[in-house]
Amino acid sequence: MSIELVKVSQQIQGNEVLSGINLSFQRGGFYGIIGPNGVGKSTLLQLLAGTAQPVSGSVMLNGGEMSEIPRKHLARKLAVLQQGGLPPAGFTVREVVGMGRFPYQSWLGGEEDDPSSIIDEALEAMGLSGLQQRRLVQLSGGERQRVALAKLMVQQPSILLLDEPTTYLDIGYQIALLDIVKSWQRQKNLLVIAVLHDLNLAALYCDELIALHDGKVASKGEPAEVLTEQLIRELYGTGALIVSHPLTGAPQIMLQPGL
Amino acid sequence: MLLLAVSIVASLSIGSAGISFADVWGILLHQLPWLSDQGHGWSQGEVAVVTQVRLSRVLLAVLVGACLALAGAGFQGVLRNPLADPYTLGVASGSSVGAAFIILFGLQFAIGIWTIPLVAFLTGITALLAVIALSRSRGVMGIETLILSGVIIQAFLGAFVSLMVSMSQGVINQILFWIMGSLALRSWSHVYMVLPFLAIGLPVLFFYSQSLNLLVLGERHAANLGVRVEKTKLVVLIFSTLLTAAAVSVSGVIGFVGLVIPHLIRLLLGPDYRLLIPLSAIGGGIFMLWADTLARTALSPKELPLGVITALVGAPVFAWMLNRRMRGERGDGQ
Repeated sequence: MSIELVKVSQQIQGNEVLSGINLSFQRGGFYGIIGPNGVGKSTLLQLLAGTAQPVSGSVMLNGGEMSEIPRKHLARKLAVLQQGGLPPAGFTVREVVGMGRFPYQSWLGGEEDDPSSIIDEALEAMGLSGLQQRRLVQLSGGERQRVALAKLMVQQPSILLLDEPTTYLDIGYQIALLDIVKSWQRQKNLLVIAVLHDLNLAALYCDELIALHDGKVASKGEPAEVLTEQLIRELYGTGALIVSHPLTGAPQIMLQPGL
Repeated sequence: MLLLAVSIVASLSIGSAGISFADVWGILLHQLPWLSDQGHGWSQGEVAVVTQVRLSRVLLAVLVGACLALAGAGFQGVLRNPLADPYTLGVASGSSVGAAFIILFGLQFAIGIWTIPLVAFLTGITALLAVIALSRSRGVMGIETLILSGVIIQAFLGAFVSLMVSMSQGVINQILFWIMGSLALRSWSHVYMVLPFLAIGLPVLFFYSQSLNLLVLGERHAANLGVRVEKTKLVVLIFSTLLTAAAVSVSGVIGFVGLVIPHLIRLLLGPDYRLLIPLSAIGGGIFMLWADTLARTALSPKELPLGVITALVGAPVFAWMLNRRMRGERGDGQ
């Protein structure tokens, strides 16, 4: 499993958001995409998900054009955790998690093998077994995000795209969510690509970071190579101290007031 | 399904001609070829009332109700708006313009009894095509622009209908009565006109019911799970419109059924479109049948406009169910 971007450019309402991006992502890697607001991180993720087509260049999945893969086949390989999470719908937790099986269903909505054990497993893994008959409207934001992740597990993808998965979650939920993703990734050798706002979380969880700036890749590599004081100033226009995490050694950013 | 069968039986037996329950059934059973040669005690006139007038009208009520409720479920699914109904995107206004035009210029029988249904059907479909053309940009239909375009087209066409109503004093009642909806003086040919639309529309919408479920979570979620979002929206809209146009063209603009029946089913059984689609059709059929039975018997022999009955009876029932449901939910939370 690999995704490759070749000279990809994308426009939004006539403005060039990404220009001539070349990137490649390999199975088993945990990639983080960072950059300031409005730099095209989510646009890039939509291209990787195949839900948008670039104005020029090509997005390849395992060496073939992604746009030529039927949508349901693509959804068996690649799952996306959407920014903002699930809406407060009237469906129960179990029904929503079961929707993750859609790519495997025939037009009548059935599958050859009963998917209920797969659904049970995902509910168990996300600690949702006790909530499975609750309706989405009755859950908190953090619980809904867990439902969204359980739905992705049921999809049994080999590539996982996360669009700012920790936004609106408290630090407890942020760590819990990324821990689950990390252990799932190791267990199934997934390719994970996450858009992350929090640079410290990105440095703790990702094998490789890709910094976007002005529609181009400003820097990429291991977190310690990418997160430098100079790059932070270039990307975000603010000064920062970089220290080493006392336990893991990952680079961590100490912000400083501009006064 | 059982309730539908019972309703048809009961409604057939109620009517201004005063034929007994047993005779109605005797007449019906004698239409079956292997029972036809036994002796009986009813007149030719009574046979005609039951088979020509009542049976066709009862079946037409069921079909029209089913079409409208089914279309309502489809529109609500695509537009993801609780206020959406079969008329949101201007189909009814388009049909009304066509019908009003025909009535105003006295062309009702220009090409036989089919004139009004055919013209109303075509102008209804045209209205939707105009709405889609207005709201499509780069192959994508935004939900908000779709609804706004519908409102614009509706207002524009509504003005035309008002203009035509005001232009001629003599036929005002006829135009208004058509717009308010009625199943009076309809025949078997009207049944045959609506039937194929339901026979095709129901399976098509059912085919898309799981996609509609995923659309509830949002277009992006659905797309990421492999739903072809734009195709689903377009197909469901078109078939919902065909169902609406077929119903409106034979019965006029009967409100409330398409809005409320899908909501009632949702309140009773939850949001799953795999249940919602077929049960809306059945529920709409039952509701319309009883509304029409009331319309033709309440002030018999005077007929009441069907659209008036559906709203007068339906609104309080819906309000009561909504209220009961909200109380239930508050109870759950504690």
